[in-house]
Amino acid sequence: MIKAILVFNNHGKPRLSKFYQYFNEDMQQQIIKETFQLVSKRDDNVCNFLEGGSLIGGSDYKLIYRHYATLYFVFCVDSSESELGILDLIQVFVETLDKCFENVCELDLIFHADAVHHILSELVMGGMVLQTNMSDILARIEEQNKLQKQEAGISAAPARAVSAVKSMNLPQQIKDIKLPDLPQAIKDLKF
Amino acid sequence: MALKMVKGNLERMFDKNLTDLVRGIRNNKDNEAKYIAQCIEEIKQELRQDNVSVKSNAVAKLTYLQMCGYDISWAGFNIIEVMSSNRFTCKRIGYLAASQCFHPDSELLMLTTNMIRKDLSSTNQYDAGVALSGLSCFISTDLSRDLANDIMTLMSSTKPYLRMKAVLMMYKVFLRYPEALRPAFPKLKEKLEDPDPSVQSAAVNVICELARKNPKNYLSLAPIFFKLMTTSTNNWMLIKIIKLFGALTPLEPRLGKKLIEPTSAMSLLYECINTVIAVLISISSGMPNHSASIQLCVQKLRILIEDSDQNLKYLGLLAMSKILKTHPKSVQTHKDLILACLDDKDESIRLRALDLLYGMVSKKNLMEIVRRLLGHMERAEGSSYRDELLYKVIEICSQGSYQYVTNFEWYLTVLVELILLESGSRHGRLIAGQLLDVAIRVQAVRTFAVNEMATLLETYPVTAAPNGTMQEVLYAAAWIVGEFAPHLDGPERTLAVLLQPKPVAGHIQAVYVQNALKLFAHLVGEAVRQRDGAAIERHCQTLAEGLRSYLSSADIEVQERASSVYFLVVLLRESLGGGADQQHAAAPVADGGLLELTPDVPGEPGDGGGEEARAAPDEPVAAGPGGHYPGAAWDEIEQIATDLQGLFGSELNPVAPKAQRKVQLPEELDLDEWINQPPPSADASSADGGSSDEDKFPLFLTDGGRGGGGGERETNGGGDGSRSYKRIEYTQEELDKMRQARLLEQTNNPNYLKPAKTKKASGADYHQQQQQQHDCYDDIPIAEIALEVPLQIHSTKRSDKYLMDAERATRVFVGKSGGRKEKGEKGGKKSKRRGKKSKRYSDESDSESDDPKPLHVVNTVIELPEGAILSDTEDKNNADPNDPHRALDIDLDAPFEDDYPQDMKRKAANQRSVMLLRDGDGQTAKTNRNPADEHHPGGGTTTTTTTDSKHRSRRRGTAAATERSGSKHADRKHTDRSDERQQQAEDGGGAGREKQKKKKKSAGKERPDEADAIMLMIDEETSAKGRTAKEKEKRSKPPKDGGAEDEAVEGGDVKEKKKKHSKKSSKHHHHHHHHHSSSSKKSGYEEMPAQSLGGVSKDAV
Repeated sequence: MIKAILVFNNHGKPRLSKFYQYFNEDMQQQIIKETFQLVSKRDDNVCNFLEGGSLIGGSDYKLIYRHYATLYFVFCVDSSESELGILDLIQVFVETLDKCFENVCELDLIFHADAVHHILSELVMGGMVLQTNMSDILARIEEQNKLQKQEAGISAAPARAVSAVKSMNLPQQIKDIKLPDLPQAIKDLKF
Repeated sequence: MALKMVKGNLERMFDKNLTDLVRGIRNNKDNEAKYIAQCIEEIKQELRQDNVSVKSNAVAKLTYLQMCGYDISWAGFNIIEVMSSNRFTCKRIGYLAASQCFHPDSELLMLTTNMIRKDLSSTNQYDAGVALSGLSCFISTDLSRDLANDIMTLMSSTKPYLRMKAVLMMYKVFLRYPEALRPAFPKLKEKLEDPDPSVQSAAVNVICELARKNPKNYLSLAPIFFKLMTTSTNNWMLIKIIKLFGALTPLEPRLGKKLIEPTSAMSLLYECINTVIAVLISISSGMPNHSASIQLCVQKLRILIEDSDQNLKYLGLLAMSKILKTHPKSVQTHKDLILACLDDKDESIRLRALDLLYGMVSKKNLMEIVRRLLGHMERAEGSSYRDELLYKVIEICSQGSYQYVTNFEWYLTVLVELILLESGSRHGRLIAGQLLDVAIRVQAVRTFAVNEMATLLETYPVTAAPNGTMQEVLYAAAWIVGEFAPHLDGPERTLAVLLQPKPVAGHIQAVYVQNALKLFAHLVGEAVRQRDGAAIERHCQTLAEGLRSYLSSADIEVQERASSVYFLVVLLRESLGGGADQQHAAAPVADGGLLELTPDVPGEPGDGGGEEARAAPDEPVAAGPGGHYPGAAWDEIEQIATDLQGLFGSELNPVAPKAQRKVQLPEELDLDEWINQPPPSADASSADGGSSDEDKFPLFLTDGGRGGGGGERETNGGGDGSRSYKRIEYTQEELDKMRQARLLEQTNNPNYLKPAKTKKASGADYHQQQQQQHDCYDDIPIAEIALEVPLQIHSTKRSDKYLMDAERATRVFVGKSGGRKEKGEKGGKKSKRRGKKSKRYSDESDSESDDPKPLHVVNTVIELPEGAILSDTEDKNNADPNDPHRALDIDLDAPFEDDYPQDMKRKAANQRSVMLLRDGDGQTAKTNRNPADEHHPGGGTTTTTTTDSKHRSRRRGTAAATERSGSKHADRKHTDRSDERQQQAEDGGGAGREKQKKKKKSAGKERPDEADAIMLMIDEETSAKGRTAKEKEKRSKPPKDGGAEDEAVEGGDVKEKKKKHSKKSSKHHHHHHHHHSSSSKKSGYEEMPAQSLGGVSKDAV
């Protein structure tokens, strides 16, 4: 079983944490910190397996990780998972992210942590691998996103508008809109 | 209403959404905590609003904050609100938040049951999907129980997406609520043949996890898995299947032989090798000619290890270590490769290689390997890795009670080198333990060890590395020189060393003091023997002066011991040299600021002092100040010296691990009872009236006081409190009598540790064996190689010398006749043969004659309570209680219990027919957790009769149902076959019954016939499928083995033939079923009479 999936950047800032075994928040942060320390001191050309995390699982516990640009993807697994299989799974996960976000970068993960979670939940469920076929995964995600859009279309058109506006960096735009002009326009209308 | 909505939405315009929150946090890096606190306040505001969209936005933000380490469980109720929204968007957010922050112990989960049930049955598959995903993270026992049926329903949903999720979800349910496994199992089995590959994969995944516990439940699924393996292209699933086969092979070795390497994917190849290894290991006990296949595996692994890809290298080493456990010989040839891996830049790989080294050593190469490791240690960087190396060196050497160490002088030298090399190590205590162990258990090297330790004490730089624990070795060294003082070359000098004040830890100083006394006792004894009065005086002087610094030690233990010893010396000198010396000696005490001690002089020195004091009064004053005593006085002095030595006289034996635990509780011991009578309660004291405190608790008992006090108590306290205050004065004669009685009682009491001699009388084989080992020490030639005294400074390491010596010795040795060799061999074997260990390394023993003969022998006599034997049983029984999979150790073949939930029972009707019909297995069902029953040879038959009758009554009820259902043919096939077999066994008469009994003993462990049938079927199928020539080549080996085995079977008698016959028939049935499923129903009917016949014949048993 997979015990936890962690994504953090080169400085150890968590970008995604998913624990399939309960730990309280403090413990979770400790685990992330410890894992980061273990993983970050390794060169890029060494193997992707690591033993010795002390906080989860004891001896039957292994870290399998990949390092992409600024991000580490770490899967904490026990002995029933195949090492190379998990490595493949990480690749699938990252490729899926890449497809969903179109050239995924750290910023996508920062601002869309929820979306990353939704994508992950199509790969792994409760610590068990659900689906490894990327096209299936993408189809499921696409369908759910469509569903979400439909709902937004029916009942929350204003909300959608708001989010669209917000995504254009609203605070800045609001400032940019020349409010003093508005009364003027209204006055103009009166004439 | 519409207005309100618009208003709500307008307000939302200015709420932060998740993106804003993240951006805000990034913009407020300096005061992040403050900013987040502010955001949480806003979120709390938002959560109070009615609008679900607002709430879900707030919850989404909370989910992000949770990742940053903030506790959001306070919002649990709001999360549930959002989860219960009708909109998918909100639901998704809600379940995500729940999956991140809820856990099985959350009390709020009670509220969710019905909501989740509603979601699971939603028409929108994604509603259910999201619910399942969330549920999988926080499912509790209650939820599992309540929702198990709903999830099971989803397993047969029309949507593959839901089927897949539900199948995986069931595993989580099993973990929390193992009772669900039984009724759900048939459905799970169905899913293995689901039309959708994802569902298949999920089912394989679940069964693979389940098979970690009690894999024999899933043995019957092997044919399905095999079919999946040959048809599927899903790599992930193939890996899982192969892993599963790995788990099954210990139960059914032939299964693995059928493994081929179907694809070129590296991950798959690796798992294949892994499984083949598992297979080879499990069959290695049975067949001798597997070494070729092991060699093949090792060769393949070598390719992996030599690969430039670090991942493959790592995995290769990992797999190699599995082979190592059973076939150390075949791995040993690749020593060069593994040693090369020690130089790898990757720590993971280095550590793996170290692990391998552990199992690769033999008597021959131990010195060589350790030398290389030491060389490594000098070069290696990083203290933690060096520590690990050190640890491995010790582990390698000490394994199997020093099985591979032939020369303990070498080992001690290595230890000393390690000490000097790694002053900052964490493993000081470990090395100290090793030093003590070797010195105590290897009598032959004691002299060497003691002198080596004396040197160490002298030369060890105490100031080194403050955070390391290497100082601990001084503890061991001091103890060794003190305890085995007679072996010392220069005891006087060592005494001086011990008495030199050093900045070591308190507990080590305490050992210094104690052992200085031991040394002193030895020295005085020697001096007395030589009638050297001056020497005695000198030793007293040294000790008294040396103790001065310890007397003022800050450590209370050191101070106490030092003053005890000090006054012992003072007394001794007093008895030897009279008052003048004592005054002189007492002076430093006053100087040392320990004035408070002086009044207590008579009481202070403890036991030793007591004895000394007894001798003192009669001591005649010595003649001259120079220490020249008259002849008569020598007897007295000798008496003192003997007394002194007597304090430390008896040999200390090592105590077995866990010996303490094995001491049985004495019957008469009742911990609830008062040992002394409790002090009288307040009532009693008030009843006493005028009696003062002194009367009640007389500290000093005078005759009158005791009489009065005791009498009073007896009258007032009703005899309750009286006994504790009464003290009977015994005469010497009475005391002696009582002592003898006590000794007698102790010898008869099994709970007392007795000296080794009495063990022989106990008659237990084990002890006799030990005794023999003990006796043969004298026969063993000790230290035949004359060693020159090692010099302090060497250009090469001191330990290398032994390696060279050993090499030289073997060269000489080969030339000599075998007679002497054998003698040495015998001694070595005797010490080594300790139960199972020798068996495990049996591969080794055939070539043992080449090994260098051990120079020293490890004392394996360890103290244990009488009747107790060394065993690991208790460790096995209390397996890790935290193992989440523990609950899944269910025997699916076992019959149902009556208290099973009704609804589950109904669902399981089909399953039951399968489970009840297995022969012999049922008996292990209830006694499953009680290994004693299983192993009891007679117990098997008796329990079977009872459970069998239970089986039968149930079976009759369910047999009809099975007939009608007609969908579980494969299962019925099993049962039919087994019944048939049973019947045959009955027919076979006495011999048959014997055979059956045998089978039952190994209940369920191996069912040869059945498994054969499976294998044959697989054979057939694979050949039908048609393989490529290459694959066939690969497989060509295993079937040959199978053939040979069949031949062996044929060599047997009529009984065996019958077995074969049944094999054939069952094969026929299987084949039948799979390829003509339409007719299998009919065959099922046909089998029914046989089945009932089997039942009748069981009655006969």
